[in-house]
Amino acid sequence: MSFPWAEQYKPKHPLMRWLDERLPLPRLVYNSVGKGYPVPRNLNHFWNFGVLAGLALTIQIITGIVLAMHYNSNADTAFASVEHIMRDVNGGWFLRYLHANGAAFFFAVTYIHIFRGLYYGSYKAPREMVWMLGLVIFLLMMATAFMGYVLPWGQMSFWASKVITGLFGAIPIVGEPIQHWLLGGFAPDQATLTRFFSLHYLLPFVIAGVIILHIWALHIPGSGNPTGVDVKTPQDTVPFHPYYTAKDGFGVFLALLLLAVFVFFMPNYLGHPDNYIPANPLSTPAHIVPEWYFWPFYAILRAFTFDFILPAKLWGVLAMFGSILLLFFLPWLDKSPVRSATYRPKFRMFFWILVLDVLILGWCGGMPAEEPYVMISQLGTIYYFAHFLIILPILSWVEKTLPLPNSISESVLGETAEAAPAAALAKA
Amino acid sequence: MVRILGILVGLGFCGVAAWSLLWGVIAYIAEPPQATVEARFHEHPRHEAHFEFEGPFGRFSHNQQQLQRGMQVYREVCSNCHSLNFVAFRNFRDLGYNEAQVRTLASEWTHKVTTINPQDGSSMERNPLPADRIPAPYPNEAAARNANNNALPPDLSLITKARHGGAHYVYSLLTGYRDAATYRNHDGQALPAENRPGNGLHFNPWFPNLNLAMQAPLRDGIVTYADGTPATVDQMAQDVSAFLAWTAEPESDSRKNMGLATLIFLLLGTILAYMAYQNVWAGKKH
Repeated sequence: MSFPWAEQYKPKHPLMRWLDERLPLPRLVYNSVGKGYPVPRNLNHFWNFGVLAGLALTIQIITGIVLAMHYNSNADTAFASVEHIMRDVNGGWFLRYLHANGAAFFFAVTYIHIFRGLYYGSYKAPREMVWMLGLVIFLLMMATAFMGYVLPWGQMSFWASKVITGLFGAIPIVGEPIQHWLLGGFAPDQATLTRFFSLHYLLPFVIAGVIILHIWALHIPGSGNPTGVDVKTPQDTVPFHPYYTAKDGFGVFLALLLLAVFVFFMPNYLGHPDNYIPANPLSTPAHIVPEWYFWPFYAILRAFTFDFILPAKLWGVLAMFGSILLLFFLPWLDKSPVRSATYRPKFRMFFWILVLDVLILGWCGGMPAEEPYVMISQLGTIYYFAHFLIILPILSWVEKTLPLPNSISESVLGETAEAAPAAALAKA
Repeated sequence: MVRILGILVGLGFCGVAAWSLLWGVIAYIAEPPQATVEARFHEHPRHEAHFEFEGPFGRFSHNQQQLQRGMQVYREVCSNCHSLNFVAFRNFRDLGYNEAQVRTLASEWTHKVTTINPQDGSSMERNPLPADRIPAPYPNEAAARNANNNALPPDLSLITKARHGGAHYVYSLLTGYRDAATYRNHDGQALPAENRPGNGLHFNPWFPNLNLAMQAPLRDGIVTYADGTPATVDQMAQDVSAFLAWTAEPESDSRKNMGLATLIFLLLGTILAYMAYQNVWAGKKH
């Protein structure tokens, strides 16, 4: 693992020596997030967000376990049991609001983490496995969040579960049986609620397992960095501890500060009022919308409104799943040898258009399915697919990239005549 | 190879999306979408009322008199049809009542608690105790609909959290009844005849459907406030909206207090963490 100049773990205390010979757990920690892990010295604050995502998962698991002690997964009493948590459990409102806003926080930091990876080419060789395992985590997060949103058994819970499982119903021939199998019936009911609760409790631990693989795969080549240039000499790196533990510590406090503003002062700002109405299968809400972190994908789903050989609904479902699955192929779609967008001016421009595009898709996804939002989300969908499947492959053939610095330490410590214009351009 | 396949798949998805867009644009030009009557006449909640519980420094405890008046409006007017299932009498301590007053409020409540006679197992009624949830006016949904022209009066415990605009929505609705025949929206349009309220419905532009089953519940002087405040419709609407905001978020005061303490703690922590970060990296170019 990692570089030859990495500090070696030398247990000083006899007890630690004894332990190291039998179960080298302290050595593992030392080599993963301690002095034994050399990290590029030039990481910026966007490299904080992996740790923040880990923090978010920890918050979700701890609050979730306690909430599960008080929650009741019975369709008749689930809604009331959430109110019981809010009103009668000591600090219950804190646990629930932290859990609900913690999910939003988890997605927010994960989206920044993913876009960091897109900007700096973190998905490229030799980190393809890191990227793909990250996407697996993202898919598991989406499944977990969706099932968690169903548990309070409010109006949006019920109708979201109906709409999302209904997506599988779009698959020809086997779709409807799959939908019934997922729900455990013809419509969301008791069977749906209990299985979602069970899986909602299980999946975070699966996520934790894939995170271990994600970090393991990362530690083989080591962390990337904003220049995208490989680590070459000891001058290029600093030990993870204390340098990045200190930097992450600052990021953690800042993120908790922001999270606390939501939890304590606007806990329902990101939620939908309809979910404070108990589930009612006989009354459809005027607008069924998922939580904000699904809005871009919801917009893609609803962008397909006309049949073309296949039914429009099936196109929407294919496009929605395809919009995430295509990211698995990104390392081979974008073959440019230059990783960082800093040295790819055209790529950089398209990257920012993509960011804007996803924000617009998100905005449309939160709006009712009316014009002009449908037309805007159709344009947004076209750009989204064109960006990854058409623009990036062509760009990696034709783009002229800027000269790279010879090493990380050169770009940090002093710029030679050759690298200076690149750095100046990057700042502009 | 992956890139060639990618471009083909990409052209496929883009083409189908463009196909949908094309037909959408044609439909949009051929038949421009008309604003529905609901869209033209439905009003967003008016933020006219000033509530002392709003904002990071607002607290329910700043105006317990208003909450007590709102509770009185609920007890004497709303509770005839609307339940408050998630609120217990003991929670009224938060409104500034002492233990004896809560006991009295509970035992004198209009609706009684249905229970089982421990002697013979038959059904019986008893006076509520402070530990009881507020008894509902109807035993079940069928009874509630039967008594209300087939409309179901919703439970009010969470009503301000379950509607956009919260307490302002409740206030706007309660003061929002208008005469459908003479009403003009801000474009000066009259309500189309087919949207006028039918039998047993009442026009109110703050209600999404424009017509609702509940008739205007408040009239000047319908309650007599113990603290001598004149019971105008506007006053009662404000008071009961504040009370219902409390029933939806009884934890609000302690949440905000704890929040301020947490923010101060985290702010100090952030400053210390920043200093530690600067200290560790001092002299290290990056």
